[in-house]
Amino acid sequence: MFENDIFMTVVKVLVILGVFSALAGFTTYFERKVLAFMQRRLGPMHVGPFGLLQVLADGIKLFTKEDFIPQHANKLIFMIAPIITAATAFIAMSAIPFLPGVIVSDVNVGILFVLGAMASGLYGPLLGGMSQANKWGLLGGARTAIQLLSYEVVTGLSIIAPIMMVGSLSLIDINNYQNGGVLSWIIFSQPLAFILFLIAGFAETNRTPFDLLEHEAEIIAGYATEYSGMRWGMFFIGEYANLFTIAFLTSLLFLGGFNDLWFIPGAIAIILKVMILIFLFLWTRAAWPHVRPDQLMWLCWKILMPLGLLNILVTAIVLI
Amino acid sequence: MSFKNLKDRNVGTQEYIQVHNEVYPSTNMDSFKQVVKRTFSLELFKGLGIVFGVMKKALFNNEMHTVQYPMEKLPVSPRYRAVHKLLGLLESGTNRCIGCGLCEKICISHCIKMDTVIDKNSRKEILEYSINLGRCIFCGYCAEVCPELAIVHGQRYENASEQRAHFALIDDLLTPFDAIKQQIEYDGFGAISPDADKKIKKTPLAY
Repeated sequence: MFENDIFMTVVKVLVILGVFSALAGFTTYFERKVLAFMQRRLGPMHVGPFGLLQVLADGIKLFTKEDFIPQHANKLIFMIAPIITAATAFIAMSAIPFLPGVIVSDVNVGILFVLGAMASGLYGPLLGGMSQANKWGLLGGARTAIQLLSYEVVTGLSIIAPIMMVGSLSLIDINNYQNGGVLSWIIFSQPLAFILFLIAGFAETNRTPFDLLEHEAEIIAGYATEYSGMRWGMFFIGEYANLFTIAFLTSLLFLGGFNDLWFIPGAIAIILKVMILIFLFLWTRAAWPHVRPDQLMWLCWKILMPLGLLNILVTAIVLI
Repeated sequence: MSFKNLKDRNVGTQEYIQVHNEVYPSTNMDSFKQVVKRTFSLELFKGLGIVFGVMKKALFNNEMHTVQYPMEKLPVSPRYRAVHKLLGLLESGTNRCIGCGLCEKICISHCIKMDTVIDKNSRKEILEYSINLGRCIFCGYCAEVCPELAIVHGQRYENASEQRAHFALIDDLLTPFDAIKQQIEYDGFGAISPDADKKIKKTPLAY
């Protein structure tokens, strides 16, 4: 019985790892296509039908590229930094119920575990940026520290209010709390928390309005300037895995999770919600400009954090 | 862009769109009002809407701007000066060139070379004619000076090659004599303007 459990867990882990590594690749294709359409372009067209095999071509390119390490870099830290990003992104997924019954381990502090594992992923860009003996990388690493640390505060404050309502940190309990139809979704009782969480999610996954870590126009590629080949690819996979984590968390916390939606079964409902959220991430990338680092800090500490505190206060008063 | 627009180079006759710029706020109250207006009119979401509209039009209203280059090509202006063409004479089916040598003389990069001989009818015959395209700067003087419109500029702008010999192949430039019926008269650089007939004036004989 015990061995069987371990076997099942290993199978689940491998399936989730495989599916999300592949999805990360496919999301790059989807992102390039959507961005292209929004800029009146065609996007990748030549590799395979409608450029579908572009992902494969990019993968071959990444795997066969030279693994370049700069001369004055701290070799050990430079080499393990991308692994931290990819590993923490996938570790965070272990406590997320993706579909009904598909969860690696139902931790009773699920949401804390997920956010904690994602937050420790900041060491990837930070160490990578600082170890590579490159000014742009150093700037990228510094921006990682300020951006991710600041927005952790907003994420934490924004989820406290829904957790107070549910009374449990387990993501499955939070999901089950919203099983009374669309109107029982937490987004309707906690709209402010939803907006705060989404904004913080954009910041923590380095998506465009807060894409300061590798802002091409300012600091080349930020922390990833000196990386090439599969090490750069691991940063990339980690980033897209984080994107999926945030999308799943948002739909579990605020959008009813995997409860049945009208006639749609729960498994399909959550996949649809995640797809809509991912499309939102790509859409904003095409539509909105970057913010400056000082505007980012201003938004975090002067607007979002007071709003988060206020939200907790009002929720507490209402609950009492 | 249509071919006609490309040919019409008269600046100032196209339809320009006036860009309306709002007055920049000068006082603190004005900038506060601007912030309030922008916040509550949800300009960020208007931006999202515009971008979505662009995507919808690009996908369904055929407003995609990509030209898939090797398969599709944009029209080239008739005045464009690419690789030369040597036109044939429609009546007799021979090369139009009369061997006057003006193009050889005027060529500023010395890339045109011709050998002529006076034949038994005391007409000039061209023995050899070559243009070194690797040296040519495509200035268009040869086409302009040619009295017979024999050497003109074509529209073939893809002239990269791996071999130097490809830059001097006269057979590629000359209209083949079996295809002379399909030869299109050149209306680009050095050609007679389309309204040349209207510009003909009576020779003044008063003096």
